Amino acid sequence: MTARIRTLLWVVTFTVIVGLSVPWFLWGDPRTAAGLPVWLWWHIGWMGLASAVFYLFTRTDWDRYMGVTNG
Amino acid sequence: MAELSLQLGIVVGYLLLALGIGLIAYRVTENVAEDYYLANRSIGTLVLLFTTFATLLSAFTFFGGPNLAYAQGPEWILVMGVMDGVLFAILWYLIGYKQWLIGQQEGYVTLSEMLGDRFGSTRLRGLVAGISLFWLFPYVMLQQMGAGEALTGLTGGAIPYWAGAALITAFMILYVVIAGMRGVAWTDTIQGLFMLSVVWIAVAWVLSAVGGPSGATAALQSSNPEFLALGSDFYTPAYIISTAVVIAFGVTMFPQINQRFFVAGSDRVLKRSFVLWPVLVLLLFVPTFLLGTWAAGLGIEVPEGANVLPVLLSEYTPAWFAALVIAGALAAMMSSSDSMLLSGSSYFIRDLYRPFVDPTLSESREAWLARGGVAAFATGTFIASLSRPGTLIEVGNTAFGGFAQLTLPVMVALYWQGTTRDGILAGIVGSQILYLSHVFIPEIAVDLAGTAVPLFARTYGGWDVALAGMALGALLTVGVSLLTTSAADEDDSRFVVGAD
Repeated sequence: MTARIRTLLWVVTFTVIVGLSVPWFLWGDPRTAAGLPVWLWWHIGWMGLASAVFYLFTRTDWDRYMGVTNG
Repeated sequence: MAELSLQLGIVVGYLLLALGIGLIAYRVTENVAEDYYLANRSIGTLVLLFTTFATLLSAFTFFGGPNLAYAQGPEWILVMGVMDGVLFAILWYLIGYKQWLIGQQEGYVTLSEMLGDRFGSTRLRGLVAGISLFWLFPYVMLQQMGAGEALTGLTGGAIPYWAGAALITAFMILYVVIAGMRGVAWTDTIQGLFMLSVVWIAVAWVLSAVGGPSGATAALQSSNPEFLALGSDFYTPAYIISTAVVIAFGVTMFPQINQRFFVAGSDRVLKRSFVLWPVLVLLLFVPTFLLGTWAAGLGIEVPEGANVLPVLLSEYTPAWFAALVIAGALAAMMSSSDSMLLSGSSYFIRDLYRPFVDPTLSESREAWLARGGVAAFATGTFIASLSRPGTLIEVGNTAFGGFAQLTLPVMVALYWQGTTRDGILAGIVGSQILYLSHVFIPEIAVDLAGTAVPLFARTYGGWDVALAGMALGALLTVGVSLLTTSAADEDDSRFVVGAD
């Protein structure tokens, strides 16, 4: 995988993480599950996913974009 | 009366605990500016995470936010998640980590110092510090107003508003003056952990009385079914996006947050904090805002001028616990204000007083002067808070928007070596003028070919004008940089890191 594609993948990943933190596709949806709105469950799960993606980023390319060579 | 003294005892006991921690920190703090402001760049993960987190929290977490959720539904949880959980975390990396690397290399203590040095411009340094202090002042005032109201509410008016605000101000001055960044970071950590625990206990207590989350939500379903559906006339996509973007970008330029980018002991500390952000944000804001929302379904009546959370708790929990939550709320306000005082004072002394008044200022004298600055700043905001201009959220949002204007010019400078002094000056001044004019000039409608077009409105079609200011700042910084050449005393190698 070339560096450029890898960078592009990160940009897309982070954009999706930000963009879907709010479940726009559930707009106006009043359903609840286990006492909480379904959209809130989505958000809770999504924040967990964000945290996992952030972890992956710190383990891989965190230093790469700052020009730090020795990590 | 017994109840009142119990409540006061809890609050004062809490304040004394914070002071005690400050004293311990004082014993290990050396009397030089870098240690006073930055705890010698030695802060670990837990403390950095919580000191930044606690600093982000404010009167809004316990009062403004739950009040909004009570009146409009719980969607602010989403705003918080996007804003503090995700966007801020990414900026934490893009701005924070970069600044940390530069700070390690060049030894900067403030943002203005870093920019002034890079662009060889004392004027730029003074300008950034001046703008920051201008927006910081109302925000500190807001915290004092919140504290005054909280104590008045807790004691049913036995402590007047001014006395509550004065008490908190006095305690903050005392322990910030004594302890510096190390003490502030330690107390923030205790306060952050304390707030989290208290909030979850509160949720458990209220829910056990009303039949769990399903019971509370069922009550809401019959009283305010519209709260459960995502979005409303109030929570429009434009509102959610504007608020989240403006505040997330604004937060990074708040002096007390920005200065934390310099204090981490190692890059591992920054990485771990970055990973934990989204989870920490959930852990605090889901329960506080849900409590506010559920209160609407439980038939809680909030008197005019009061806050929903204390009213709800006094209904479902014993008085001592409600007092603990108020202490938690005071902790939230103090932990943001103490850091703001410390950073505000460092901006003033380091970037305005030293370069423009006394260039020969020594490091140890600077550390003493900084303490005087803390006291003066806090006293000033306290006096201003007595006349209570504007509502909490209005004042707060203006400050976030004002800081957000700085973010993009700074990011351009951090990542693009082609940025020139004229470019960044144009970006900063241009965006501030645009935003300030919209904040201070009343909205007028201009007739344009038969249709009324609003001018100087705070929002256009639901979108915050701060976003336009941010875009203008970025465009001016890049555009003017392209049209001008850098002066001889600019040093673009200052922001090049690595290769070590």
